[in-house]
Amino acid sequence: MAFDYEKYLRLEKMPTLWCWGCGDGVILKAVVRAIEQMGWNQDDVCVISGIGCSGRFSSYVDFNTIHTTHGRTVAYATGVKMANPDKHVICVAGDGDALAIGGNHTIHGCRRNIDINMIVINNFIYGLTNSQTSPTTPQGMWTVSQKAGNIDPTFDACKLAIAAGSSFVGREAVTNPKKLEKLLVKGFSHKGFSFMEVLSNCHINLGRKNKMLTARENLDWIDSITMGKMKFDKLTESEQTNYLPTGVLKEDSEAREYCEMYKEIQAVHQGKRATITQNDFEKKI
Amino acid sequence: MNNREMISSGNQLAAIAAVDAGCRYFGGYPLTPSSEIMHTISDLLPEVGGVSMQMEDEIASICSVIGASMSGKRAMTATSGPGLSLKAENLGLAQMAEVPLVCIDVMRGGPSTGLPTRVAQGDVSQAKHPSHGDYKSITICAGNLAECYTEVVRAFNLADRFMQPVFVLLDETLGHMHGKAMIPTQEQTQSEIKLRKQFEGDPKEYFPYGVAQDEPAILNTMFKGYRYHFTGLHHDKHGFPTEEINTCKLLIERLFNKVEKHEDELESYEEYMLEDAQILIIAYGSVSLAVKEAIRHLRKENIKVGLFRPITLWPSPADKIKEYTQKIDKVLCIELNMGQYFHEIQRVSSRLDIEGLFKVNGRPISPDEIIEKVKGL
Repeated sequence: MAFDYEKYLRLEKMPTLWCWGCGDGVILKAVVRAIEQMGWNQDDVCVISGIGCSGRFSSYVDFNTIHTTHGRTVAYATGVKMANPDKHVICVAGDGDALAIGGNHTIHGCRRNIDINMIVINNFIYGLTNSQTSPTTPQGMWTVSQKAGNIDPTFDACKLAIAAGSSFVGREAVTNPKKLEKLLVKGFSHKGFSFMEVLSNCHINLGRKNKMLTARENLDWIDSITMGKMKFDKLTESEQTNYLPTGVLKEDSEAREYCEMYKEIQAVHQGKRATITQNDFEKKI
Repeated sequence: MNNREMISSGNQLAAIAAVDAGCRYFGGYPLTPSSEIMHTISDLLPEVGGVSMQMEDEIASICSVIGASMSGKRAMTATSGPGLSLKAENLGLAQMAEVPLVCIDVMRGGPSTGLPTRVAQGDVSQAKHPSHGDYKSITICAGNLAECYTEVVRAFNLADRFMQPVFVLLDETLGHMHGKAMIPTQEQTQSEIKLRKQFEGDPKEYFPYGVAQDEPAILNTMFKGYRYHFTGLHHDKHGFPTEEINTCKLLIERLFNKVEKHEDELESYEEYMLEDAQILIIAYGSVSLAVKEAIRHLRKENIKVGLFRPITLWPSPADKIKEYTQKIDKVLCIELNMGQYFHEIQRVSSRLDIEGLFKVNGRPISPDEIIEKVKGL
């Protein structure tokens, strides 16, 4: 049976504001397909987006939805999740959202390991606002704010999330929707912070000025810079430089989730247990 | 009214008030001189099944509070001037999306880092308009220890009535002052809780922002079958972004009207020895404590002075200020800033001959300074 997208999408808000050939539509479909697989009730899901093309994501899906300020998705999500620990919270942020203006919240969401699902749509540029440099824009590419060529070193979002303590980290590209859907299901199933970077195309505001005139050429470039984790791990360090590994990059199901730990705080204050000490934790520093 | 006697500080009383008023989420960040609010509430909230989070920064703290409130919980943050500056953008979203919350600002010397451990009233203008865009703030200023409790309780009820942030201004003197306060019992406070309106009909007929032009949005608690959309963009009655000319105009007008048309529900002030007063002092917050003492001394010398103390600063009690400034010739406005409320009094009274006594060195104003100024009028 064909997938019932109508159940999950706000069709009256279509067509989307996204350009023709934009990868965000692929992610939109993958997210609702993954939610269907999870069997979550629509009323129990909260989708929170920030600012930029990805910011419009929340208005197209029929859940409890919040379109927040630039970069603050994880902070809003923390309030929603802590107040409703049994509900499912999904953040959708762009590369500028999650790694530039909202970098601090991304780091601390990962560090707390709170059960929030964070999808970072990385199109390597500020697309909505006409091609300014983002923290993931490759060096040497043309941007409207660095017309001589971008000199700013790029961020590896997944490495950042791993270092900051996220217990689930993965990456896929819109060129492989099936794998993307699988990654999302794994991330949604994981208890703890799930950081999922999705590489997407912006042929309009990245491609056109960087010799990738069509969506196809932009997607081919994404394919040329990605490599499955197994294959990637076999490369030497210098060979790895020009590839981004895809798949599940970290999965730690032992890591303690923040809402669960907060229940211990509540137990202490309700006189149900003694105060929390360093002995409660394996890691002492 | 059932009262209880409590020996505590202004900051602690504010935290106790929030929990008694049904606050179940607090998002904070350490900021002198407000931090004791977080210290106290981080003990109290988990005890009643609530959550107190120390977030990574001031911005995250207000965002998490807005998130918790959107989901349906009563929520609060507390800060001081520098933190309020950082929270500004997201307070704007709360105004636009009509998200109720309480924001306590324990004022210290500014601008910038200013005088972190000393008193000022320099955030009065900021609390009127912390962020860009047009809306009408609701700002309350506590004037004694008991009000650090009662006004925080009132702020929660007003936030749910008007569906927007409500600011409660304390100052360093009040926040750190320890003393005896008569406050309502927990049961009394709980019996007066008025939660935000909820729509109970068919979800298909639910339009959160489709309300009368002088009423706030009706935002149902999340996860209960009424799925809708929050945004900081201009939005239609469903909550979805729009740039339709008339809808945009009506939305901003409504954000104004919902407060302006119901100012009588917000008005709050204290009149002290005003019946026969020949000199009118207008002051608010901790300054009013010194003013009252000065008045008692001056009255002994048969100088007839009275105090008008606005408790709701924004919107200002304009009719009352007008009434007294028309009736009494000599008017003195005393503030721990360079005249931030003075201009409002000039505006509503249409008088330019009002005297000001402004102090901005981080020290409280003493009754002696007030007595000297009054005698020189």
